[in-house]
Parts: sequence; C-alpha cells; structure tokens
Amino acid sequence: MTKHMILIKNGFVYDPINKIDGEKMDIAIKEGKIVDPKKVKEKEAKVIDARGKVVMPGGVDIHSHVAGPKVNAGRLFRPEDGRRQVRPFGQGLRAETGFSVPNVFATGYRYAQLGYTTVMEAATPPLKTRHTHEEMSDTPILDQGAYLILDNNWVIMEYLKAGEYEKCAAFVAWMLRSMKCFGIKSVNPGGDENWGWGKNISSVRDRVIYFDISPAEIIQGLIRVNEMLGLPHSFHIHCNNLGLPGSYTTTLETFGLSDGMPISPKVGERSQNLHVAHIQFYSYGGEDWKTFESKGDEVAKYLNNHSNITVCLGQVTFDETTTMTADGPFEYLLQSINKLKWINRDVELETSSGIVPYIYRPRSLVNAVQWAAGLEVALLTKNPWQIMMSTDHPNAGPFTRYPRVVKWLVSKKAREETIAKCHETLPNRSSIASIDREYTLYEVAVVTRASAAEALGISGFKGHLGVGADADVAIYDFNPEKQDPSREPEALEKALSRALYTIKRGHIVVENGEVVGDAPKRVFWADICFDEELEKQVLDELHETFAKYYTVSMSNYPISEEYLVGSTPIKITSK
Amino acid sequence: MKELYLISKGQPKVPLEAEVIKPDSLAGLSTEEIANLIIYRGNRRVRLGEYFEVKGESADNPEELRIIVEGDVSRTKYIGAEMSAGELIVNGSPYMYLGAWMSGGKIVVNGNVGDFAALEMSGGELVINGNAGNYLGAAYRGNWRGMSDGLIVVKGNAGAEIGSWMMGGKIVVEGSTGPFTGVHMSDGIIVVYGGLGPRAGAQMTWGSIVVYGYAPELLPSFSFNEVIPAVEIEEERFEGPFIEYVGDLAEEGEGSIYLLEEKNKHLKPQ
Repeated sequence: MTKHMILIKNGFVYDPINKIDGEKMDIAIKEGKIVDPKKVKEKEAKVIDARGKVVMPGGVDIHSHVAGPKVNAGRLFRPEDGRRQVRPFGQGLRAETGFSVPNVFATGYRYAQLGYTTVMEAATPPLKTRHTHEEMSDTPILDQGAYLILDNNWVIMEYLKAGEYEKCAAFVAWMLRSMKCFGIKSVNPGGDENWGWGKNISSVRDRVIYFDISPAEIIQGLIRVNEMLGLPHSFHIHCNNLGLPGSYTTTLETFGLSDGMPISPKVGERSQNLHVAHIQFYSYGGEDWKTFESKGDEVAKYLNNHSNITVCLGQVTFDETTTMTADGPFEYLLQSINKLKWINRDVELETSSGIVPYIYRPRSLVNAVQWAAGLEVALLTKNPWQIMMSTDHPNAGPFTRYPRVVKWLVSKKAREETIAKCHETLPNRSSIASIDREYTLYEVAVVTRASAAEALGISGFKGHLGVGADADVAIYDFNPEKQDPSREPEALEKALSRALYTIKRGHIVVENGEVVGDAPKRVFWADICFDEELEKQVLDELHETFAKYYTVSMSNYPISEEYLVGSTPIKITSK
Repeated sequence: MKELYLISKGQPKVPLEAEVIKPDSLAGLSTEEIANLIIYRGNRRVRLGEYFEVKGESADNPEELRIIVEGDVSRTKYIGAEMSAGELIVNGSPYMYLGAWMSGGKIVVNGNVGDFAALEMSGGELVINGNAGNYLGAAYRGNWRGMSDGLIVVKGNAGAEIGSWMMGGKIVVEGSTGPFTGVHMSDGIIVVYGGLGPRAGAQMTWGSIVVYGYAPELLPSFSFNEVIPAVEIEEERFEGPFIEYVGDLAEEGEGSIYLLEEKNKHLKPQ
C-alpha cells in the first residue's frame, strides 16, 4: 500500500498553523515528512487526486480517555456496550468491539477513520500507568501520550504545603520520567483525597483533610512547577465541583488562579499556562437541578479577556455512554441520581476513580442545558485557538461523534434542528438559540488539530502541513467551492466521519473510509533533566514514603523505556 | 406462506453462530444464495451450506416465510436472533441465544433450548415445547434493560434467572423454574405452573410473578399482604385463591408474588 512518496494534488488545504485557508495546492510526502512538492516527482510517487476535496493536517485530540485501568474497567463492566458496535477480525485488521468503551483496536481504527492521528490519554494514575502503556502499545495507528495525575498525590501535597517548589519540581520530573508521561494532570484537586474520607471539596479555598492545603494552593503550585520544568504542555485540569449546578463560579475562580503566572515552555510555542479540560462540565449556573442553567456565556466572556487559558469542550452528544473519571465523588453523585451500576476505586497515595453508565437525553432539561453550555463556550469564545474539540470521550459522548459536534459548530440550522428536539424550556436556560456564529472550515481545522497541537507544544511537527512536519494528513470528501457547511451540515458530518484518506507519517492508513493499514507508532513523554543533586535528595526521602505507604517497592515503581512501543522522549533541560 | 427447510448435516465441536437463520435474512434469496451465506464456526467464516442442506422455497417478504430447521442444532447459537417477522420452527434442540433480541414473528421449538433464549425480547412469540435453559427472556450480560414485550411459553422447566431485568411482556413456564426467577424485574408477568425456584423476585420493584405450584420459600424481604380469591393483571384473570406477597422491600419495591394458597399454606402467616 505504501509508496515511498505521496503527492496530494489540487486539494483545498486548510492548515491554520501556516495560515493557509482553503488554498488550492499540492502537498508532498517523502520519508514520513511533508516536503516541498518540487522535490517529489510525480512518476515516482503515489498520486492522490484531491481535486474538490478538503485537505487538513491529521487530527490532534488533546483529551480522550482511551487507554488505562479505568477505560478497561469500563469495558469489562459494560458488556452490553461492547456488543453495540462489533466488527469481526479480517483483512489484516483486529476485531472491534464497543461503542462508548471501544477496545484498543477500535480506538485506533475509528480515530483514523475520522482523520485523527494523534490522541492524548487524558488521565493516568501513576501506580496504574504500566497498564496505560500496555494499552497504548496495542492501539494501532495513533501517536499518543498520557497525562499523569499528580494533584491528590500525598508527596506533592506535602511539598506544596511546605512551599518546597524546587523539590516538588524535582519529584515531578522524576515521576514523568519514571512513568513515561507527557504532562501534569489534575482531577478535582483535593477532592479526590477527601473522598477517601467520604467527603469532597466545594470550593478552591476548602481544605484537604490532614494535608491542610487548599485546591487553590495545589493548582498554583503545580502551574508553577509546570513552568519551572518548562513542559511542552501546560498544567491540565479537571476542576472542582464538576457537573454541579452553579459550578461556573468555581471555574472562574480556577481560571483566576492562573492570572499572572508565568508561561515558559522549554519546548514548543504554547501561549497558555492553564488548560481546562471539558469546560462544558462546569459551565453551569443555578442553585439546584431545578434552576440549572448554562453559564457558557460567562465562561466565554472570561476566556475572551484572558488569552493564557485554553479549554477543550467535553461536548455532550446525546448518546448512551459511559462516564469514567478519577473524580470519585462525582461518580458517587451520578450513580445516586441515575441509579445505574457504579465502580469506585481508591488508588493508594495518588487518586480515586469511578465509572457509571449514563444516557444523555435531549428531552431532559439538565442534559439539554449541558449540550447548550458546551456549544456556547465554543461559539462565544472569539479566538478559536483557545478552543479544542473533545467530548471528553467517553464522558459526554464517544469520540466518533466529533463530526456531529462540528455539524453544530458550522451550522445554525443544525443547532436549531437539535434545539427543536430538546426540552422546551431550554431557550430560557441558555442563549444557544440566539447565537448566529457559524464556524468556517478554517476554524474547524483550528479546533480539531491546530490549537491542540499548539497547546500541547508539539506544533513543530504535528497539526500542520508545513515542510518538515510529520506527514499526517486527512482528506475529506467535501467540496468547499460547491458545498456550504452551514446549509449542508449533514454532508460535512458524513465527510468528516469517513475520511477519504488518512495518512499517518507517510503511510496510508485509511482509504475511502476503510482502514487499510497501520503506521509506526510513537508515544511521547517528557524526559526532563532538572536538578540531579536535588532529585537524588528527593528520592532518598521518598524511600521511606514507599516503604511506609505504598503496596509496591520503589524499585518496582518506574516503568522502563523498553516497556513502550514507539517510545519517544521529548528531552527537556530545565536548569 | 412459503416453507424453507434447513436440514442439519451435523454439528462441529466448536459452536456455530448463525444469526442469518431467520426470515428477515433469508427472505428474497434463492436456496443457492442461502447456502452461500456466511456463518461463523468459532472465529472462522464458513458457508451456511457447509452445515445445513437448504430445501424448499423462500418468500419475497419475511412475513410470508416459514423456516423449518431439522436435525441436530445442539451447537448452533443465535438461531432467530434479532428476528422481526415470519415463522421459525426448530425441530431440534438449539444452543444459546435462540431468538435473542427478537422483536416480532413466531418461533416454535420442538425440543429443548440452551441459555439466553429470547434475551431482551421486545415483541413476537416464542414457544418451547421442551425445557428452557438459564436466563430465558433475561437482559444481556451487564444490561439493566431486559425483556420489554412479547410472549414466551415453556412447556417444560426453565433454568435460573429467567426474566431477569424484565420490563414488560409475559413468560409462562408450565414446569418449574430455577433460582432467582424474575430477579431485578420492574414490570411484566411471569406465570409458573410448577415449582418456584428459591429467591424469586429478588430486587424486583414492580410487575407480577404468579405461581400455581409449590414455592418452598420466599426471600425475607417480601412481606405478606393478603389472601385474594383471584387476581387480574393486564386484563387477564388468574383464578386463585392466592397468597399475595409484596417486595422486594430491600429496593422499596412494589412487585407482587401470587402463590396458589392450596399448595403454599406454609407461607401463609398463622
């Protein structure tokens, strides 16, 4: 299938990082990289005629739960979901199972069918990260990386409380290197630790039991550490009070904590110091469920005045799905509302987690408001570079619905059709019906690939089609000269659902919407050289913590590089 | 009505999966096309014709088609699965998932059926002139939404957890049932003419279990309500007198178990 060189001719190219907006041009690929088209001879290359088609860089997903212990627990506990979308093995492909909790093969194939080539696992507890790597190793096609949950970590909380940021940074550097992870993740800071006592956190100024530190201190401490280390990605947070009425105030307070904090990546060119994940899930007003309303407009207003924050959507798609998060107390609340099955876990010194199936229904006012809140943030935030596509897969819907979310973004008509199916009081609880903005294809390309690549600090080689970039390309059967996304949103949804071609590092992996091959995999992780002396001191102290509290010994804790398929360390010298 | 015969040529050790054996899939096909349909043997794709001789004539519409399966089907799963119309007669004892997810039409089995028959059934009729296995008319593993409509009649006995997570429809067992009859049920009727297995109705919240046979015991989370001469459920009258128990109280449930007084005096409070 794979020729050494590929020439994609005459497509309408949308490449926001290089400011190319639908220009008709050729894209050339050689040895897995984008090259100058003059350097590829037509006779020697596989030529793809992209006349009348859209050409974009391969999609980049900044936040998706696709690998690791809770994802697998979700699969095991939802066999009824497993049978919803099955495809037997054959034609060189592995068997696919699952709709909201697809197996690793389905994950790789279906992302590739959408034209995505890079997907970051949104949260992995350090102790269980070996499992996360095992699943990423088995996920075909995609380049990946994982964020390490560090906020409710006893060691981190002790350092931050004592104000020992240098030591904390040395510890984080060691953790990221040991766990082969890409960045720092926080999930309900402090709340997960309190959940061990059957309690939660209700504001960023609350105190964590025993550790006597507030979420605000954890958040600011970890932003500071993140910037001291100069990680390619910023601090990545799942805020407190997720899913609750009135939670937008907590969100705005959390936003405020990043004010005036440095932005100093040693790698990449991000312009944010805080990435707030699945913003939809805490853009709510109201006193209780009866007065539940969208505050997506307030959140967008803040984002419009603060360019140091990026968000991904966590857009509700109205599906039967599976919620899974390290936010243990939230899942407890959810199962007490919908009375379905529930998994609850505690991960020693590190975090908690929970899983509950959930059905989003347009006729439910709360669900309709959630749907509207996500779109409000996306449509009212002026700068699309602050916005990234996600459904917080599988929490608000499976990633296979991204094309449907795009449909709502590009077409007011499509939104109106959905509003008509929603609870009739939705217009009183949200401004969604009055929003006229429609995304252009250029903006779609921003939120589905370019902004995520930039926020991750990998825009040097991902998320664009400039010379030297990875040859990750998606070609869609949509003719922007003849078709108007606003008036034909269904056609765009269909085109984005089944890419005509997906090319990953020069390998054709999807043709006519069908997976036809695999491509070499990479797993990115931050290999930080911070302060060797200090790190040694920190590790000496850590031995006692392990001996006292962990069920594993410290020597068995780190994951060796040989364990990864496609290990790709990103070298960072922080000091 | 056109009749189409599928005559078993024998069964492999590894089970077959043949959800194409239903009027919906076979209507409008020639016998040759039918023989060339793909079924699974374990994870291998094989031709239907490899294990079944196809005779007779198919109809244009599934409504006008009667499929008659003859011979040994003891290792064939999913016969009639997701069937929505027409008739299917099995003169043999099919393996698991017979008529699973069926939404219409009629299946008659002249033999015994394996586990998970009529799983999550939403319509139609299934008559088993033999014994049924476990999880008859139950929910698929992990699901909390079981049988919602339709009728299942078993002439013999049925196994454990029949009608689990049942939300509607009716199951009639002329023989006895195994443990956890109607577990988690939230609506619908289960009628048992033989003995009722232990822990019937556990976690039930609504719906009825009518028992004409002997029930050795009920769960302690069911409470005695009254003795009534007869009961009418969804316009059908059941003659008693019955001892009525209500539960499962552990779920604050209001399901009813009606036990024929004559056979169950030991469960009547003194």
